[in-house]
Amino acid sequence: MSTTLTPILTKFWDDPQSWSLQTYEQNEGYQALRKALAMAPADLVQMTKDSGLRGRGGAGFPTGMKWGFLPPPDGGPRYLVVNADESEPGTCKDIPLMMAVPQFLIEGVAITSFAIGCNHAFIYLRGEVVHVYRRLLRAVEEAYAAGYLGKDILGSGFDLEVTVHAGAGAYICGEETALLDSLEGRRGQPRLKPPFPAVAGLYARPTVVNNVESIASVPPILLHGADWFSGMGTEKSTGFGIFSLSGHIKRPGQYEAPLGITLRELLDMAGGMRDPNKKLKFWTPGGSSTPIFTDEHLDVPLDFESVAAAGSMLGTRALQVFDETTCVVRAVERWTDFYAHESCGKCTPCREGTYWLKQILDRLEKGEGEEEDLEKLLDICDNILGRAFCALGDGATSPITSSIQYFREEYIAHLAGGGCPFDRDASSLFAKDNVPA
Amino acid sequence: MVHIGEQTESGHLHVAPESKEPYAADVLERLRAEAAVVMARYPQPRSALLPLLHLVQSEDGYVTGRGIELCAELLDLTRAEVSGVATFYTQYKRHPNGEYTVGVCTNTLCAIMGGDQIWERVSEHLGVGHDETTPDGKVTLERIECNAACDYAPVVMANWEFFDNQTPESTTQLVDDLRAGKAVRPTRGADRVCTFKEVSRVLAGFPDGRADEGPGAGPASLAGLEVAHEHGWTAPGGDGAADDQGDHQPEATSDTLAPGRHSSSNDEANAPDEVPGDAAAPGPAKGAGE
Repeated sequence: MSTTLTPILTKFWDDPQSWSLQTYEQNEGYQALRKALAMAPADLVQMTKDSGLRGRGGAGFPTGMKWGFLPPPDGGPRYLVVNADESEPGTCKDIPLMMAVPQFLIEGVAITSFAIGCNHAFIYLRGEVVHVYRRLLRAVEEAYAAGYLGKDILGSGFDLEVTVHAGAGAYICGEETALLDSLEGRRGQPRLKPPFPAVAGLYARPTVVNNVESIASVPPILLHGADWFSGMGTEKSTGFGIFSLSGHIKRPGQYEAPLGITLRELLDMAGGMRDPNKKLKFWTPGGSSTPIFTDEHLDVPLDFESVAAAGSMLGTRALQVFDETTCVVRAVERWTDFYAHESCGKCTPCREGTYWLKQILDRLEKGEGEEEDLEKLLDICDNILGRAFCALGDGATSPITSSIQYFREEYIAHLAGGGCPFDRDASSLFAKDNVPA
Repeated sequence: MVHIGEQTESGHLHVAPESKEPYAADVLERLRAEAAVVMARYPQPRSALLPLLHLVQSEDGYVTGRGIELCAELLDLTRAEVSGVATFYTQYKRHPNGEYTVGVCTNTLCAIMGGDQIWERVSEHLGVGHDETTPDGKVTLERIECNAACDYAPVVMANWEFFDNQTPESTTQLVDDLRAGKAVRPTRGADRVCTFKEVSRVLAGFPDGRADEGPGAGPASLAGLEVAHEHGWTAPGGDGAADDQGDHQPEATSDTLAPGRHSSSNDEANAPDEVPGDAAAPGPAKGAGE
């Protein structure tokens, strides 16, 4: 095994009071902010560009470039909005990060706000994680009391207000323009682009929207240098990231590693498959919206370019691993239910398309469909992909088209056998406990 | 099951007449004062609508007609505009909710890891289905979507606190304890599960002083860190140790490249899928939830 883990954001999650400001300060906390306040904001933007940091929320857009898109100051407000609406199925990195060390995010918010000329930043947290909300509120309170937020921060003359906002349950609010509508007190539906948030975002003002992990990575980059960061990872996918392993493996959890590590390496670290006699069947590299992979892809480097070249997307590094006890049709049917449930209804291809995808997959899983249904599924997917208003519709097609690509025979077997050929109890966590269903 | 409120087949909010009973004067005064605190957090008052709806639920246990009227009045919106927002988000309840919302994750990963069996057992045990409440008004049962704890699957949420690695037995015990009024401690969260109204108040942005309760991280969150400890792995320059970076980071590109290599982030492969001023081209799918 060549690659090793690089605990940076996860380094002191095991501290008994990991979330306190005191713990954070004992671990270099707020040293980066002091450094930032002595720098020119433009140099901070350049440093972030130089580091090669790319958005950790799924799309991988270069973070520094996003900051650089803001128009020159015109005297009016500019906003930073942190996307903490982590809801993509399989994705579970930001929530534990904010629960364990919310101060990473708060310091990152302060530095980023200074860099882009923002005096009021927002953290939009999904509402279904009340304890994380408590921790964020407390972290902001502690940072204000210590003079890291508020008026004239550390005597620099820089003012910053931070508002932590709880959502109310809607996956679509993770889409950045839907998030902005929601933050403005509206139904969370995506906006037509352009104008992009950089030009007309929150309250139609220039706005940067960044993922939690992207912003939390800023203090370590500033402290240790752009070269330190880009020394990790690959040439075009620099740095480290949190890889979230879940499913049929020995030790599911969060593994912080350089981009470009492979699932084979990660699985090795995580103790292998839950049952070594059961083969890995399929997995998602970055959440349910990224086309599935199989055991053929165990050695694909998990960086943006390599995963794309292999036909999927790095997404949020949400590695959901399923062994051969799992019915792929059942898995895809459930993801499809999710997209149908979460479609905001604004555009026709996604609203109507996901509705029909759900009906068809339901009958296929029950063995009631016909072989032609597979072509119908692909046809509907073809009519959603690239034609929906936002990426939710595109994401809905990924599990369907990729599963038909790799497991067409399994769909057919459902039809031939008149139902699902799998024993669902065998794939449960408590399979060994012999629990009657 | 009880359906105290009314809901149409299509799911539209149809507010029960009794939910329009005016607030008592002292309650109204307090709500107005708290709403002013919420509104002051934002440059534009309408941004306060989501937290204000949480505040309404903290008082009434669901989004009542009088709550909608109050929000509309405070934010200078129509009642229809407020209802339109309230019906969009799943955490806003359209009819009286139980003291505890118990949500079983039945999204793919949790479902396969046993969430489906948990759901069936608990639903049968309580005799209620999705978004239905036990006759004693204690527990509202829900099927929920991914709650960002997949490494702890299968996951159950009680009033939005984490119950990790659940089984049908542990979850039936959980709902029994909640119905019996016992204090129940989540796996990762506050020392006890608070009531729906109490939690709604926190979500409106009023801390309850419980932030320091519970662990910083559960076992799965620490899995990678423990592996790193076992092998003595650190990030380059971590702990000031003289790390051999070449050994640790074999994939890193050579340091001998001239400065300016980072312009790689500006090359074609990394071309932005969204650039201000450009026509919006359908980009590659990406994690909309992110």
